[in-house]
Amino acid sequence: MIAELGHFSLCLAFALALAQTVLPLWGAARGHSRLIAAAAPLAVGQLLATAAAFAALLAAFAVNDTSVINVVQNSHSAKPMLYKLAGAWGNHEGSMLLWVLILALCGGAVAGFGRDLPGLLRARVLAVLGLVALGFLAFVLATSNPFGRVWPPAADGQGLNPVLQDPGLAFHPPLLYLGYVGYAVTFAFAVAALLEGRVDAAWGRWVRPWALAAWCFLTLGIALGSWWAYYELGWGGWWFWDPVENASLLPWLAGSALLHSAIVVEKREALKVWSVLLALLAFGFSLLGTFLVRSGVLNSVHAFANDPERGVFILFLLLFYVGGSFFLFALRAPSMAPTGMFAPLSREGGLVLNNLLLCAMAAVVLTGTLWPMFADLLFQQKISVGPPFFNSALLPLAAPLIAAMAAGPMLAWKRAKLWPVLQRLWWTALAAFSAFAITLAYAGWRIGPALGFAAALWLIGGALADIVERIALFRRPAAAWSRARGLPRAAWGAAVAHAGLGVSILGMAGMGLATDRLAAVTPGQSIAHAGYEWRLDRVEDVIGPNWTARRATVTVLRNNAVVTVLTPERRFFPVGRMNTTEAAIRTSVGGDLYAVLGEEQNGQAVLRVHDNPLAPWIWLGAAIMALGGALSLSDRRVRVAAPAPRAAAGVKV
Amino acid sequence: MATTSRRLLMLAPLGLAAAGGAGFYAMLRGMGTGSYDPKGVPSVLVGKPAPAFVLPALDEAGVPGLEDAALRDLPAPVLVNFWASWCVPCIVEHPQLMTLAREGVPVFGINYKDKPADAAAFLARRGNPFLRLGRDEPGRVAIDWGVYGVPETYVLDRKGIIRWRWPGPVTPEVLQQDIRPLLRRHA
Repeated sequence: MIAELGHFSLCLAFALALAQTVLPLWGAARGHSRLIAAAAPLAVGQLLATAAAFAALLAAFAVNDTSVINVVQNSHSAKPMLYKLAGAWGNHEGSMLLWVLILALCGGAVAGFGRDLPGLLRARVLAVLGLVALGFLAFVLATSNPFGRVWPPAADGQGLNPVLQDPGLAFHPPLLYLGYVGYAVTFAFAVAALLEGRVDAAWGRWVRPWALAAWCFLTLGIALGSWWAYYELGWGGWWFWDPVENASLLPWLAGSALLHSAIVVEKREALKVWSVLLALLAFGFSLLGTFLVRSGVLNSVHAFANDPERGVFILFLLLFYVGGSFFLFALRAPSMAPTGMFAPLSREGGLVLNNLLLCAMAAVVLTGTLWPMFADLLFQQKISVGPPFFNSALLPLAAPLIAAMAAGPMLAWKRAKLWPVLQRLWWTALAAFSAFAITLAYAGWRIGPALGFAAALWLIGGALADIVERIALFRRPAAAWSRARGLPRAAWGAAVAHAGLGVSILGMAGMGLATDRLAAVTPGQSIAHAGYEWRLDRVEDVIGPNWTARRATVTVLRNNAVVTVLTPERRFFPVGRMNTTEAAIRTSVGGDLYAVLGEEQNGQAVLRVHDNPLAPWIWLGAAIMALGGALSLSDRRVRVAAPAPRAAAGVKV
Repeated sequence: MATTSRRLLMLAPLGLAAAGGAGFYAMLRGMGTGSYDPKGVPSVLVGKPAPAFVLPALDEAGVPGLEDAALRDLPAPVLVNFWASWCVPCIVEHPQLMTLAREGVPVFGINYKDKPADAAAFLARRGNPFLRLGRDEPGRVAIDWGVYGVPETYVLDRKGIIRWRWPGPVTPEVLQQDIRPLLRRHA
């Protein structure tokens, strides 16, 4: 019954999305104010219907309703409740439902928060969002219905991939989708602007908070995924240039560029065409990621079950939205002339450089990700593009980007002078150079990590210098506090986000110096590694809620004093007949001690021990970046453009 | 910038998207017909006969050794399995090989970089599924076959042409979904 209600709600959402697309567009074209006004209530209605469908799916998983195929395939009564619920979106059908739910949330948010938008623009934005929802609801209903029944009901479910039974992963897809799908809003704004044929400062101001919010969620989602790969897969790495990881990086790069170019549109009415294109690209990349993951055209640990039929459906959706918007772009963009002029050396110039470099990086990642697939298709060649390509192709782009990042926020609009900026940054440059020299002196000829430490200090120092200058900390210390309070939150946000990237790079540079050692030891024996003594005390059996495991107890000593006790495990999930490795990690400010238990043979256990200096800062930096975005989002200017929800009951972001 | 070139420039995203879309469509079609397979690890040997080799027998196993001549003109399709006693996934796939052997499917083994005593102990403990077993202690033959690592399994048709290659353990799923259909097709 509940499953049928869910299915019905989904059909209702489809009908509402159809109305949300057609009526406002018709009204906007013909000037019917009632049809224009219908957009917001229809969006809220579609949100309620989609939310009801999602709640029905959650209910089916919560009670382990084994007459629903999706539950049978992806759940099991022995699973803890959190993973039963997470199982609802841990599979293709359920995750598509989450996708359309988040899209409906975006529509609801525009309806609720966008009260100050001009009525026509809001109607068009909601109509475009409705159109996107329409396609994906059709996809779910036609090819991926999560509410299908099976009769007679199965005795119990077939479990969930045990690698996915992890709190980090339970929240990774929702956050990532909030980011991916969040770019649907900026896409809708861009398409609405193309339909109207007008992009002005106000457009830049309206689009920026949405770009910021999507960017924050995407940053957190990517970081959570990377962190999960680090502690769950047990390979000791944090980024593998896997095609699906790359697919999440593409909208992030385009979205970061959009974030910055929208500032120029808002302040100076320049880079308009460029910003519109970036908004289209960011969502286009999100859709590309969806297509790559779900069609089975690529080989990845992340890929869902392949189904060429579904792939064709998504491909046509992708081509319709991306192709349609690019067509509109080709039609309308040539007539959008820039108005604000600026010198190459100016804040705008810096932001243009930022855009060019970020887009070049996106192009590199896109090429590296798609090239193996196209080489296979066109030349029947199996090639793999791995870290060496990405690292060597991205470094020359990242270096000038980071160099400019610290100086950019200090440049004046229109025409800037470089000398005063350099004067403020000389001590930061000195710190960065010393970091470079010290790393080389202590770690040997390791250019990558040395550059990384220099970049990290340059960014963090640059952000500090920017704030110090703005609040005149040294020139007029007495007034600094009140100036700091008066500083716009957007300025704080930019500094915090830039420093956050610096913190992330600090962690990455540290990981560049990580070392690991593999050895087979009997209990009582030790491995000497990275200045620690890793002593295997025992290996024993343990039993969890739905798994059994072998657990090693490894005592880590330094100078005969116990530093920590690590308990890496190899878990066996009987229902899924799968093994997982649970790395044991001891995190401290200075880095992670990381141990993985391998096979056991003849009383010996294989242990892999890693010393990962500064590793946790990678993800902490990403959290700081998202915090910076949130700070910027809380700026008064943004709230004036999009005031707090007064009566938007039931609408959350 | 001239208006026409500006217009053409604005068309560039559409053109790129269309080209990409056409490529993706071809990939999806190819997945249906089998001409595009993202998961397959191709072998240059697929569609060709096995390279020439002669390998000595493992005395303790009590079955003859293996040479390429034994892989021509067969009564039924055969499996050639590269394995080693030190390889953990080989233990995982072993029951599936035993099942095939019990059903009368000829399974030929090539013991890769292994000590004869260890290999014999492995077979004595878990059973011997192999009709013929060659010892490739230096690993030379594996290089000629292009083996990535053990275990790795090949299906050869009755003429001795290599039809399929699987790097990794033969799990029950691989047995059901890949090997059994192949054996039927080439029977």
